[in-house]
Amino acid sequence: MKGSDVTVSNVSKSFGSFAALKDVSLEIKKGEFYSLLGPSGCGKTTLLRAIAGFEDPDYGVILIDGSDMSGLSPDKRHCNTVFQSYALFPHLTVFENVAFPLRIKKTPARLIKELVMKHLSLVQLEGHADKKPSQLSGGQKQRVAIARALINEPSVLLLDEPLSALDAKLRQHMLMELDSIHDKVGITFIYVTHDQQEALSVSDRIAVMNAGVVLQVGSPQQIYENPATEFVARFIGETNIFKGKVLSRNGNLNVLQIESFGQLLVDDETPVEVGDTIVVTIRPEKIRISNEQLQGDELNVVKGIVEEPVYSGFQTKYIVRVEGGGRLTTFRQHANWSEGIPDIEWKDEVYLSFSARDLVIVEKSPG
Amino acid sequence: MKRNLGPAYVAPQALWITVFFAAPLLIIVAYSFLQKGLYGGVEPVFSIQAWVDMANPTLLKVTLKTLWVSLAATIVIILLALPCGYSIARSKNQALRLFLVIVPFWTNFLVRIYAWISILGNEGFVNQALRFLGFRAEGFQFLYNQGAVVFVLVYMYLPYAILPLFSTIDKFDFTLLEAARDLGATRMQSYTKVMIPNIKGGVITAVLFTFIPIFGAYAVPLLIGGKDSYMLGNVIADQLTKTRNWPLASAISMSMTLLTAIAVFLFAFKKPKEQQTVKDIDPLSQPNGKTIEFLHRSPEQGKKKPSGKGAA
Repeated sequence: MKGSDVTVSNVSKSFGSFAALKDVSLEIKKGEFYSLLGPSGCGKTTLLRAIAGFEDPDYGVILIDGSDMSGLSPDKRHCNTVFQSYALFPHLTVFENVAFPLRIKKTPARLIKELVMKHLSLVQLEGHADKKPSQLSGGQKQRVAIARALINEPSVLLLDEPLSALDAKLRQHMLMELDSIHDKVGITFIYVTHDQQEALSVSDRIAVMNAGVVLQVGSPQQIYENPATEFVARFIGETNIFKGKVLSRNGNLNVLQIESFGQLLVDDETPVEVGDTIVVTIRPEKIRISNEQLQGDELNVVKGIVEEPVYSGFQTKYIVRVEGGGRLTTFRQHANWSEGIPDIEWKDEVYLSFSARDLVIVEKSPG
Repeated sequence: MKRNLGPAYVAPQALWITVFFAAPLLIIVAYSFLQKGLYGGVEPVFSIQAWVDMANPTLLKVTLKTLWVSLAATIVIILLALPCGYSIARSKNQALRLFLVIVPFWTNFLVRIYAWISILGNEGFVNQALRFLGFRAEGFQFLYNQGAVVFVLVYMYLPYAILPLFSTIDKFDFTLLEAARDLGATRMQSYTKVMIPNIKGGVITAVLFTFIPIFGAYAVPLLIGGKDSYMLGNVIADQLTKTRNWPLASAISMSMTLLTAIAVFLFAFKKPKEQQTVKDIDPLSQPNGKTIEFLHRSPEQGKKKPSGKGAA
């Protein structure tokens, strides 16, 4: 595997009284597509800039392939950055932009031409070599920035919200392209984004950050299915959150008393005590909505009224007010639309059924 | 039908330019082709004597010296103004710093020259201070040499370079410097290879704003310089007031104006290349990159917009 492993060890960084990073530690493996995900101001860009060498951590060290990067300026580090604003040099053509690092290194002209054309073809821009950046579209600028960052054959590519300036459809396309470039070059990608969908769809692993702290590190599945905290659950995808008291427990099976829902069964390995206050979450697509009452083991069934159906083509989102007064969100996919399943409409009386195993405990506090 | 009032709107300005710019200029041109009067002024007789008189080695020497001094002062000014403009642009209290750059303008030009004389003169502040500290009693001669002229010229015209450089650097995207560093450039290379080419317009303006007035400097070489510090401005003044050869003064003035004008046109008004802007096209709706490229080249897509950015 090409690429380098990057170790972030107890890194803290403050700007004045604002603590951007608080004791952050991460282990990024060789060749990984690693995302730093979080809302703006969570410290993800500061961390990326610290890895690139634009910020010096106040405490802690950053290691690339085991060697300490402290005090090493950006031009001495074997990593390159794709900037959010692309940062293409406006006075140079596409070719010269991509050739810039080679010209700095005084690479022979013949080799420059060969390498630049190779990298332009990697990002499918062979025909645009002589244009100025101002003549390119946003997506094309993005590609130039990627080619330019890759031409020095870095072992780590740092991407700072590279797609945020593109429109939604183009973003999807570029994301897939980034993924395939990652497969081709095989180096470590560290990808900063605030868009959970982007992070979920391409990452090998994700670190979710908020307020300068890493909340959870895991594969997209782990992050989505098993959020470590309430913040992670809320930040990634849509979710339902309940807070309640543990009434009784039998093995992993807890009976939870929730104010506006009544009692729920929760099957989760997190050890809790009777009397603890816990927060549980369940993804909307795990909740089945139906006109008739379903039966099953460890099945929670709640009765309610459809308060708001939101049709969006491939699925309908239902916001249901349950008997206790609380609200639940659920999705129903339209996979077999015309097969006689009775349509569920506004103000219909419905049953929501969900397995105790699909409820995940995200917070707990004793007593 | 609406009457075209354009000429009426332009008239005041046209009158202003004619009376205060074109007419005097024409008078100077005319004077240079007339015979000199005995006690100044001109006789209304056609003569090219003034232009013939210009071909003398002394005048050539002064011209070369003037060019040299102007060039030296301009280079020093630009080298000082670049970091100044940069630090003002990156500073958090731009307004205060710009204010400090402008403050000297509140004092009259001549008064500021005399201020330098009272600072650097033989009995000036610096010499008195040095004497007090026990340096040699006769003091140092700071003024009345070429170096002093360049020094005071730099002081006088520095703000004219700082202001345009500041305004260009302020618009410069500093992420580009980080990008250059990230791509392997040293700090110095990031400035020379990325920043300077991108603020070229500002540098050109700064050069013009300083070189042209310095080229015509009169008071500074007269008051600060020595016998050998004469510049073209002083020669013209002497021809006008002492030698009373008005046609020659006119001819030298005209030559300077022409020289400067030609230089400005060559230097600053190179035609900027036409550029076109392209809007994003969704590549998903295009079968491949080739189609996109084709679309970008088609006339509907590539409506040419002349670049709005002028050189100066």
